[in-house]
Amino acid sequence: MNTPGSPTEGAFERDPHPDADPRRTQNQEPHPAHQGGQSHHDPLGGQAARMWGAGMGRRDGAAVDAPGGPDGGKPRRRGGRRRRGDPNAVVPDAEFRSYYGRPVLKRPVWTHDIAYYLFSGGLAAGSSMLALVADARGDATARRNLRLTSLTAVGASAYFLIIDLGKPERFYNMLRVAKVTSPMSVGTWILTGFGPLCGAAAVFEGAVLLPQRGVWGLARTLARPAASVAGAGAALFAPLLATYTAVLFADTAVPSWHEPYRELPFVFAGSALASGAGAGMLLSPVAQAVPARRAAVLGATLELVAAHRMENEHGLVSEPFRIGRPGKFLRAARALTAAGAVGAVLGRRSRVVSAAAGACLLTGSFLTRMAVFEAGITSVEDPKYVVVPQRERVAARDAAAATASA
Amino acid sequence: MVPRTVAPNSFAGRLDDPAANAGYEAPPPRKGFFTDTSVCIGCKACEVACKEWNMVPEDGIDLLGMSYDNTGGLGADSWRAVAFIEQSRPIGRGTPAFDGTTTGGSSDALQQDVVAAGIDVFEEASRLGTALPGGTPIADAAAAATGASGGCGCGSGGGGCGSAPAAAAATTTTAAPASEQFLGMPGMLAPAPLPDREGRQDVRWLMMSNVCKHCTHAACLDVCPTGALFRTEFGTVVVQQDVCNGCGYCVSACPYGVIDKREGDGRAWKCTLCYDRLGNDETPACAKACPTESIQYGDLDELRERAEARRQQLHDVGVTEARLYGEDPDDGVGGDGAFFLLLDEPEVYGLPPDPVVTTRDLPSMYKHMAVAAGAMVLGALVSGLGRRS
Ligand code: SF4
Ligand code: SF4
Repeated sequence: MNTPGSPTEGAFERDPHPDADPRRTQNQEPHPAHQGGQSHHDPLGGQAARMWGAGMGRRDGAAVDAPGGPDGGKPRRRGGRRRRGDPNAVVPDAEFRSYYGRPVLKRPVWTHDIAYYLFSGGLAAGSSMLALVADARGDATARRNLRLTSLTAVGASAYFLIIDLGKPERFYNMLRVAKVTSPMSVGTWILTGFGPLCGAAAVFEGAVLLPQRGVWGLARTLARPAASVAGAGAALFAPLLATYTAVLFADTAVPSWHEPYRELPFVFAGSALASGAGAGMLLSPVAQAVPARRAAVLGATLELVAAHRMENEHGLVSEPFRIGRPGKFLRAARALTAAGAVGAVLGRRSRVVSAAAGACLLTGSFLTRMAVFEAGITSVEDPKYVVVPQRERVAARDAAAATASA
Repeated sequence: MVPRTVAPNSFAGRLDDPAANAGYEAPPPRKGFFTDTSVCIGCKACEVACKEWNMVPEDGIDLLGMSYDNTGGLGADSWRAVAFIEQSRPIGRGTPAFDGTTTGGSSDALQQDVVAAGIDVFEEASRLGTALPGGTPIADAAAAATGASGGCGCGSGGGGCGSAPAAAAATTTTAAPASEQFLGMPGMLAPAPLPDREGRQDVRWLMMSNVCKHCTHAACLDVCPTGALFRTEFGTVVVQQDVCNGCGYCVSACPYGVIDKREGDGRAWKCTLCYDRLGNDETPACAKACPTESIQYGDLDELRERAEARRQQLHDVGVTEARLYGEDPDDGVGGDGAFFLLLDEPEVYGLPPDPVVTTRDLPSMYKHMAVAAGAMVLGALVSGLGRRS
């Protein structure tokens, strides 16, 4: 979506490591037409100018003469430099200055394991809540399968969380502290509460394999109510497990994670409910999937509405949700989630349609998490997402101060 | 060590004594750095001294091909990093580079003016360094002495005024011969003798030794789930390496992009403001090594006064782009323990223009989370309504 020759595209060298980001390299080959001595207005002079003269870091098709540039004799624009932005930008390039285009913030060290964790945690939460519903309604197959799904998912969560640590063997250090200012600490304790209860509920499901007589028989009889109690306990922690991850992400300096902090918990809550419902529809006979189908519609709606706001309400910081890989993920997630919700309504009689809709919801939820994860990464890799909103904030404050004093 | 009570202003806002807020009784005065970039010469003695004293490992001998800065920024293995910026800029106040002509009044002419006026630039510089406010910009003095024109009226905001129209008028330069093609390596000489391709020589170098800001409201510390990051009695922020489990939360939380995870080690590392030296009443290694006193260490209150005096002094002699960064206790992080005097906008040095501690919004985040969790419960309840079919 780069607009070739766009006059707003004030090109300027900025990426000293063209290799560091494959997304950028394609457009960064020195353009023959700009090679060598063609004279351009020179935003920095000296070293940068010589690099510029050599065609380094120049973007294909970028208009190089920014009219009325910083060296203009006219009153200078604030900041005075034109910078080109992201090649995928769908909004006009923001003007800003930076330190050789290097990121201001550190790239999160979390790997995709954390995106998987978001999904599996949400799935564990959603399915344990629906397991409780199934238990209350006496839908035995649905209950059993949801409890097993929940246990598997929470096991995966713990695995992804721990292997992503720099020192996994020191995981227990998180259990020596409880800190409300650290959503990760809060989440650790939620997971610590949820995990064993969810595990117990699932394990007690295995009691049907025990003999009916003697001590084992007694255990078998007691397992049912015990599983219900444990399952109810897990379902109590579940909504917290599903939503704390939103605070975990929002409580960072990463622009596209922090700014949508009002919507993110709703995106994750909806996504968790939809994925639990997806598992329910996939794994239960249609007669027992009534609650799952309703939850699917509710969860998908919540997710879609909240994600729409996240994607559109935050100006430049919303842009990463629309471009590049996160944009693709989010569009696919939206299509799949919507399809899943429709399938949930239509699949009342057909096991196949119901199961397919369930699979759509699960994939949609997964892709939503991937999109949020990657949008955050995009928003720290390009300094414009950090500098431009902060500059706007400063300008707004200055303007307010000026009107106040006037 | 662990805060027993969470004071209402712990998340954001003004907080005069973070150490006391963290639970220390009668802590020593808060310590910090004032880094005056106007006297930094980019020698990197601070980087070396920091590495030596703190045994920070080598982090790759790279040529980044952008400037004399080959450190690239702060990181787990660079706790001090000297930024280097080269800019076209007229020397002194109000002297347009290409004033009135297609090629303009270059700094050649300016330098000739200075010589003709018999100004000893070194004396001027030393006067500025030590004397009272009230000096005169060299360029103005030179212009006055020789009757040259001057004054385009641009000043603050940095970056300098220049001559785009002139440059545009001169866009007839022919293609440079291939042999002159510039490959991105820094030159061996100061830029002045090397005119850029428009013949200008008016270039300035900005240098800044960056460091952890030791924020009053340190996001890294707030979000750390193990308590590895803690507030010292000096009001600084330090990682306990024997506790950190490398979760990486602090890395994403820091609004300045300072702390990072060390490759192969897995734990997070950053400047400790030489906690071990402080405990022995010693100056931190970087400040000790700095030959120009660009890095000044001391009690934060006193440093703030000194910095304001320096800023005023620079303004009085016409360096109106001098501004303090991070000194304001009412800013988004409650003020930095390590703050700066800059000669251009913060983002030019790779600093965020208006950082805000992310935990400022944490109470609101938890509220939204609670409502979203409630919505989930409601959703599940509604789903379970009705008789079995
Ligand atoms: S938030 Fe960043 S700058 Fe502030 S104390 Fe922590 S590491 Fe240093
Ligand atoms: S990486 Fe270490 S210091 Fe940073 S938040 Fe995690 S445990 Fe704390």
